[in-house]
Amino acid sequence: MTAFIEANGLGKRYGRKWALSDCTLSIPDGKVVGLVGPNGAGKTTLLHLSVGLLQPSAGSISVLGGKPGTTSTQLARVGFVAQDTPTRAGFSITDHLRFGRWMNPNFDVQLAAERIESLGLDLHQKAGKLSGGQRAQLALTLAIAKRPELLVLDEPVASLDPLARREFLQGVIAVVADSGTSVILSSHLVADLERVCDYLVVVVDSRVQVAGEIEELLASHHRLTGPRHDRAALPRDQELIDESHTDRQSTIVVRTDEPILDPAWTVEQLDLEDLVLAYMTGAATQDRRPKLGVRS
Amino acid sequence: MIRLALREFRTEGIVGLALAIALGVLLLVTRIHIVNVNDAFQTACRRAHSCSSTPNPVLTVDNPLQHALPLIAMVAPALIGIFYGAPLIAREVESGLFRLSWTQSVTLRRWLAVKLGIVGLAAMMIGGLVAWMVDWWMSPIDAVNMNRFGLSSFGYHGVAPIGYAAFAFALGATAGALLRRTVPAMGATLAGFVGMRLAVTYWIRPNFALPVYESVPLPINEGGVSFSPVATTEAFNPPGVTVPNGWVYSTEAVNKAGHAPTGHYLLNACPAFFNQAPQPPPTGPKTAAGNTGVTLFNNCVDKLSRTIHTLVAYQPGSRFWPFQWAEMGVFLVAAIALCGLTYWWLRRQYG
Repeated sequence: MTAFIEANGLGKRYGRKWALSDCTLSIPDGKVVGLVGPNGAGKTTLLHLSVGLLQPSAGSISVLGGKPGTTSTQLARVGFVAQDTPTRAGFSITDHLRFGRWMNPNFDVQLAAERIESLGLDLHQKAGKLSGGQRAQLALTLAIAKRPELLVLDEPVASLDPLARREFLQGVIAVVADSGTSVILSSHLVADLERVCDYLVVVVDSRVQVAGEIEELLASHHRLTGPRHDRAALPRDQELIDESHTDRQSTIVVRTDEPILDPAWTVEQLDLEDLVLAYMTGAATQDRRPKLGVRS
Repeated sequence: MIRLALREFRTEGIVGLALAIALGVLLLVTRIHIVNVNDAFQTACRRAHSCSSTPNPVLTVDNPLQHALPLIAMVAPALIGIFYGAPLIAREVESGLFRLSWTQSVTLRRWLAVKLGIVGLAAMMIGGLVAWMVDWWMSPIDAVNMNRFGLSSFGYHGVAPIGYAAFAFALGATAGALLRRTVPAMGATLAGFVGMRLAVTYWIRPNFALPVYESVPLPINEGGVSFSPVATTEAFNPPGVTVPNGWVYSTEAVNKAGHAPTGHYLLNACPAFFNQAPQPPPTGPKTAAGNTGVTLFNNCVDKLSRTIHTLVAYQPGSRFWPFQWAEMGVFLVAAIALCGLTYWWLRRQYG
């Protein structure tokens, strides 16, 4: 199986601050990847690095086997929808489709026109007058009509209402079903990702905390509740992700592929949201920093 | 990509061209009058077999436009830089649209090359057109003044303004890339353009070629010579010399050895003159006292002119066009360098 994103020690620095550091990833082809983390964690940085809008300060990244953004062929293979889905306010939808055709040799005008029609949009409408959801759909249409091998979506639904959000994600699911395109999609909302993704990358504090198939992640993470425990008392095969203690009780989240044998623990399965939260709070406490407010 | 660049430039291009055409119509209409005045004057001259007695009336007709035009011609390239150059990249970055534009199947290098090429070419054409129209309107006046090589009038003649427009445009684009915001980029463009124009005018243009030196005898019994009251090396000021269509760097009084006369020498030559201070003006009223002053003055100049002459350093009018091309070249090279800097910077920032 080949990897569509292969990052090795990848980092991006602005001045002294690292927006993303020491990121090593290998995401297999054909996946729909959810990239999740709090605002400012480095999601956009990682996505911009993968489409060639940024150059790495450290390490390397290859996307679909090539260096992002370097050649027109490489650019044609990746469709990108940026955060807040920028469109030219003074350009009509027709103008945007023309823009797509002029800027992309493989642009599928028919596909784009059909998609716009099925969305019930007026071709002569100026992009500045579209609703957020319609604008996002227009941006997605432009990206899809490139017929890319990989679709990169940066917080595409963050500013949309629940209905527009669902319609947008359904559009993404339809593309994956039709063409088998790989997708990487970022969000700070786990619920958005759960519906469409089968692979998860959690980024907190400019670092990748965990990456893997969602099914495997859910199977290997457990919440243990029991009498107060010391951190050192955990078996070796259990990786501590997050812990919280009261005077008498401990609640910890561990990652392990082995069964939990200690009878003192009550073992619970985690859902995806809990899992992501555990990594977010865990990352905050491990760094001995004030706890991050968990945003949803 | 070319079609997109043309589409995105459509509005700005039309506005720029419309303004240039409006100026052209104004010039076309007003110039008729100037030509008529000039023709009438020349005919009258031919009949009288002499033209030197009266000044040509073209120098005073349409006065407001005559003063405004050099200003318009000098401001035009700055406006091109501000409105064509500065928003080119800054608007893209400011609005976040670069994330759309630079992730299509067109590399950043090609996007930039096409944008700079098309808008830059339009900038040079409009800048050149405006300068050519101004030059053409001024031609009857220039024929009388013969000063187009002068420090300030050089800049609204010939081909140099094409270089100015290219430079201002490239400077705007660079400022936009570096500052990422349109309005500050516009300000930086204006400041940078004015700075560059001044620097080239005063420091670079005079060095395009060594000046020609020529000795001119001191004019005797003529106005224009003046003295400072204290006898020093700089005390003696020969009259200014004009070279038709040329550019005079300096006129200085020198003795036969080629040195400026010393204060000591001046004092010896004109003792009465320097002892008497302050001096009456050489063209003073013809009173008895005034006459004494004028006589003293003329005697003094007469004496000095036996050993002292005026040395003029100047660029002859025949060098006007080589200087124009050189000036354009300097600005074009600077413009190309700025385009390179912009590409390098964007490549570093945005990949």
